[in-house]
Amino acid sequence: MSLLSASDQQTLRDMFADMKRTVTIVFVTQTIGCETCDETRRILNELTALTDRIVVEEVNLVLEKERAAELGIDRAPGLALLVDGQDTRIRMLGAPAGYDFMSLVDAILAAGGASDMALSEESIGLLATVTEPRRIEVFVTPT
Amino acid sequence: MGLANRMALESPNITAVTIQATEFYDLARKYRVTGVPKTVVNESIEILGALPEPDYVRAVLGIEEQG
Repeated sequence: MSLLSASDQQTLRDMFADMKRTVTIVFVTQTIGCETCDETRRILNELTALTDRIVVEEVNLVLEKERAAELGIDRAPGLALLVDGQDTRIRMLGAPAGYDFMSLVDAILAAGGASDMALSEESIGLLATVTEPRRIEVFVTPT
Repeated sequence: MGLANRMALESPNITAVTIQATEFYDLARKYRVTGVPKTVVNESIEILGALPEPDYVRAVLGIEEQG
C-alpha cells in the first residue's frame, strides 16, 4: 500500500518534473538494530517511483563502513544527497517521516535545481567568505 | 532546516545535518536539546528556534549583529 495519496503523488511528480539535475540519495542502513530503516526504505521507494531524477544507493553501515565513513555517516538510517555524483553536504539522520518528509523533498528540489526559494544576495555574499569548515546540526522532531 | 541545506549547497565548507531528536537521544542529550528546531554549529554555537534568514545566516557564521 502506498504511503502517499494519489493526489500527493501527482503534486510531487509535478514538483520533481522541474528538476534539472539528478539527485542521488545515499541511504545508510543497518540490518540489525535500526528500527526505522524499513520505514525509511519505504519512503524512499515511494519517491523513486515518482521520478527518474531521484536515485537511491543503499550502503550498509556495517558491511560498507568505509563508504559510510567517507560520507561522515556513523548512524542508520542516514541519508546523504549527491548531485551528479558530487556531494551536496546535505545529510539527514533518522527516518524522513512526518514533517521531515517535506524537508527531504525540499532538499531534493533545492539540490536538483527546482526550488523557488533561493538565498538572498546578502547571504550568498556572506557565505562566500567562509573559509573554515562549519558543521550545522539541526535537531528536529517528526511532528 | 531549509536554510541550513541551502547554505551547504552554496558553500563547499558547510555541511548541514538534520537530526531526528527522537531517534538519536544521545545526540539530543549531548547538545541539551529541549525544544526544536535547535541548531548547533561546530559543537559550540547554539541557535534556538527558527530565525529569519539574515539572522540565521549571521548566527551560523558567528557574525555579530550590527548596530
